[in-house]
Amino acid sequence: MTDSIRKARLHVNQSEGLIFEKSAPGKRGIELPPLDVPAVDARKAVGAENARDEIAAFPEVSEIEVIRHFTRLSTWNYAIDLGMYPLGSCTMKYNPRVNEFVARLDGVATEHPYQPLELSQGCLKILELLQTCLLNITGMDAVTLQPSAGAQGELTGLLLIRAYLESKGNPRKKVLIPDSAHGTNPATAVIAGYEVENVRSDANGQIDIEQLKRIVNEDVAALMVTNPSTLGVFEQRIAEAAEILHAAGALLYMDGANMNALAGVARPGDFGVDVMHLNLHKTFSTPHGGGGPGAGPVVVKKILEPFLPVPVLAKKPDGSLTLEFNRSASIGRVRAFVGNFGVLVRALAYTLAYGPGIRQATEDAVLNANYIRKNLEGVFDLPYASPSMHEVVFSDAKQKKFGVGTMDIAKRLIDYGFHPYTTAFPLIVHGAMMIEPTESESKEECDLFIDAMRAIADEAEKNPELVKTAPHSTRVGRLDEVGAARKPILRWKPASKNEAAD
Amino acid sequence: MRYLPKSPSERQEMLAAIGVRSAEELFSSIPAKFRLKELLNLPGPLSEMEIIDFFKARGAENSVGYTSFLGAGVYNHLRSVVTDAIIQRGEFLTSYTPYQAEISQGTLQAIFEFQTLMCQLTVQEVANASMYDGSTALTEAVLMADRITGRRRVVMARSVHPEYRQVLATYARNLKIEIIEAGFTETGQIDLAKVKELVHDDTSCVVVQSPNFFGVIEPVEQIAQIAHAKESLSVVAITEAVSLGALKPPSAADIVAMEGQSFGLAPSYGGPFVGVIATREKFVRQMPGRLAGQTTDNTGRRGFCLTLATREQHIRREKATSNICTNQALCALAATVHLCLLGKEGLKELAAQNIAKARFAAAELAKVPGVKLAFTGPTFNEFVIELPRSVKIVNASLRRDKIIGPYALGTFYPELTKRGLVCVTETTTRAQIETLAAALKRALAEPL
Amino acid sequence: MAYPAGFRYTKEHEWIDVKGETGTVGITDYAQHELGDVVFVELPRVGAKLTAGKPFGTVESVKAVSEIYSPASGEVLETNGKLGDSPETINKDPHARAWLIKIKLSNKSEIAGLMDAPAYEAYIAAKDKEAHA
Repeated sequence: MTDSIRKARLHVNQSEGLIFEKSAPGKRGIELPPLDVPAVDARKAVGAENARDEIAAFPEVSEIEVIRHFTRLSTWNYAIDLGMYPLGSCTMKYNPRVNEFVARLDGVATEHPYQPLELSQGCLKILELLQTCLLNITGMDAVTLQPSAGAQGELTGLLLIRAYLESKGNPRKKVLIPDSAHGTNPATAVIAGYEVENVRSDANGQIDIEQLKRIVNEDVAALMVTNPSTLGVFEQRIAEAAEILHAAGALLYMDGANMNALAGVARPGDFGVDVMHLNLHKTFSTPHGGGGPGAGPVVVKKILEPFLPVPVLAKKPDGSLTLEFNRSASIGRVRAFVGNFGVLVRALAYTLAYGPGIRQATEDAVLNANYIRKNLEGVFDLPYASPSMHEVVFSDAKQKKFGVGTMDIAKRLIDYGFHPYTTAFPLIVHGAMMIEPTESESKEECDLFIDAMRAIADEAEKNPELVKTAPHSTRVGRLDEVGAARKPILRWKPASKNEAAD
Repeated sequence: MRYLPKSPSERQEMLAAIGVRSAEELFSSIPAKFRLKELLNLPGPLSEMEIIDFFKARGAENSVGYTSFLGAGVYNHLRSVVTDAIIQRGEFLTSYTPYQAEISQGTLQAIFEFQTLMCQLTVQEVANASMYDGSTALTEAVLMADRITGRRRVVMARSVHPEYRQVLATYARNLKIEIIEAGFTETGQIDLAKVKELVHDDTSCVVVQSPNFFGVIEPVEQIAQIAHAKESLSVVAITEAVSLGALKPPSAADIVAMEGQSFGLAPSYGGPFVGVIATREKFVRQMPGRLAGQTTDNTGRRGFCLTLATREQHIRREKATSNICTNQALCALAATVHLCLLGKEGLKELAAQNIAKARFAAAELAKVPGVKLAFTGPTFNEFVIELPRSVKIVNASLRRDKIIGPYALGTFYPELTKRGLVCVTETTTRAQIETLAAALKRALAEPL
Repeated sequence: MAYPAGFRYTKEHEWIDVKGETGTVGITDYAQHELGDVVFVELPRVGAKLTAGKPFGTVESVKAVSEIYSPASGEVLETNGKLGDSPETINKDPHARAWLIKIKLSNKSEIAGLMDAPAYEAYIAAKDKEAHA
């Protein structure tokens, strides 16, 4: 450890086994009220052929043991509530607590998706207001809140494009995807029944418009573009790209993963985007929760509205809200019920907290990224000098000389009390270090991060082994991922057969 | 603004350090004509108190004060405050996907425990770390069966949740998967003779739900045998996971696709929930979704990491076979905590209470003149009643008694407009069941 | 590691050792090095018909998955079952014990179009230079 480590670190010395290892017959953590109807023999009631014997090796523990177990586990996690998460393209911002509170209210958390629409007007008003806000922020015409997450939003978007083109007589064959795109884009295109054609970025990491002119033809359904790009740079010629596509009857899909750079400042609907998805767990502050749940609404231009998944929110002549299920041109359903309602509630609470002031959040996000860029330029290699928006991408080129790579630097950040930045991405930058601070970081926290990065750059030169073997301060050291993949152990099993009461 | 940790003078300092005069300059790379000149027309800003008032007011416009007998894929079960206390810990709530294993051991170990619990419940060998929900889990299970068998025809019970079938249809359309439906008999179970007829050498899988959409328990083993005879796979969907506390697990199935909402998650108007796929070990590389695996660190200590990641789309890109990225980790954690609290005996007792209440309710409702039980097959906590008139009309009357009545099956089955699906769980009291029976009697006595 | 003189090599970094009508196929030391620790190999069934230049299987490391392309056309006679339990052999001994498949060649003339060891060594040297430029 060096003296320059000024942040408090996590509690790492708790020893805690698996819950199954604490189990003993006869313990339990929930008691039920007594049965107020005559008891029945469950075995007889469902028929012996359908009845279950014991659940082998299922845990039996008390309430306090459950609390301690999971509380101890929690202390081994890093979290936004503990400090900065500079994960590029992930937009790890503060998750307001009031969002959690309102999502759990009676009348909000308690509602059943099949209850009568007359008794669901509150839920539907929440959906309607969120729709209005998202359309305003993106400058688009229509929206579906159904997709469960960004990847499903992408798929929904491409299915909409497909349905639209089919209605014009030809669904077309290809989706163009820049080489800087996130890996989900090509995966989604294939599931939507399209071939993928990769498009190279130009020398500035931007869409190559000349190349685009050459390859757009009647086989191309759409271009999928992230804007700002995964380099954190605004696609300056995006409107031109849209014109080229539209002239050939193709559409422009925008991955909204980086909307945190634009909210309140510019609207995709204004620069030619036909369809885009939003990640509510990024831009709209709903918690990541260790990997979900999220929500991936899709906003579209008027031409795509007839194809939106069902149900679609609509207003009746009497002013009340309803859900439409019968829409002949719809692509169908992409999941059960209306969507991840609880996540949508949180996103609306976030939007209402800011109102028009959402612009300030965007400004602060871009301010933080540029401040960090300015203070680390020269210390780390900057492969693309284009102006940064909400994130900045450095490379490990300077540190590679000492045998220290981006992953090593990222792991060393943990010792300084930070979560690593994004390492393996974008693919067009070798040894990428992708840093997105978000608006949630104070100047003090940004300064601490800059100090940490400078200190690590210094260590990489003077004591590379220290960096290459990091982290040194965590509950576990670097894990044997190779062993885990070669001989997967994916569940706990009782030590011996005798312990498993079958 | 309370979420933004900068003073005006700090902003100025930072702008000066960057070498620009105003925040506007930071956006100069956006062509001027696309830069908004004015603030957006959005409601707000609202203080914390105003936000709470807004959502309380919306909640009051919903069904508060009504007694509901709805199930049909979303169940009202007990939820412990302990579960909520755990999942609201910032270390779980506000952490990212556990790619950096050294500082994510909490989430990773909890996922490993979740996977184990799901295997124990389903008596399958491996389970993933969750999917979006039951409907997308079922779709992914079918795609998985197609990959394993290299076949493209699916035999699907019509008694599988209609919305789950709709989701599969959306995905199947562009993947050239053909879905052939098998009907049900007077027991409410799949027509086994029909299944035998429909399953051929080109059938990738036979899909049933148990208990099915009518609440009836399917003969899972017999269906699996029919599938296996043609080297097809057996896929079993479960929407009411609490049933696993009393019902024989689907160990005969090759792939289980489950909705875990019943394990401590609020109905929340349809989501977020937690889907699960469980399967045989030999199919693990064809299974979508994240997985946590046990391993050791550089000093030999036990630890956990995400593993078999090469199955995931961000690595496979256009070679990917699934496009699910985010899972439902926090919901999976809630289910894990909930199941640990319930434990072996608690889950068994919970399931037994559901059976007892549903039996009582079925008997009480069958006493109402004109009402009879529609199917003869064995059930868990849902059953179908047949009324002398349309369920939708009857439900409108019940609403006057502050009762949300049975789910009207006519919505998805045009031939069943007089049949309603009743759900009764441990949270339904005897008094509520008796009130429903009395209200139903009155409603049916009203002139049409 | 030396590249066996009797083998022929592809631009996708597979080798083939031809004995009579049979070709033994594996991936090169350069390929295993690029991949890192191999954790899984997926191989075709015996009897599968392969086409030169088309993928016949995959090899996975922790963070990458690569297709393996057939150096020649033919029918799969045998696959190396030992790799299922010990995929690390590919890292340790890529040119001998970690052979992947044996195929019955259907068009021996295809072999002439592949690189010999000196040509392959020159090819990867140029590739390395490109990567560090």
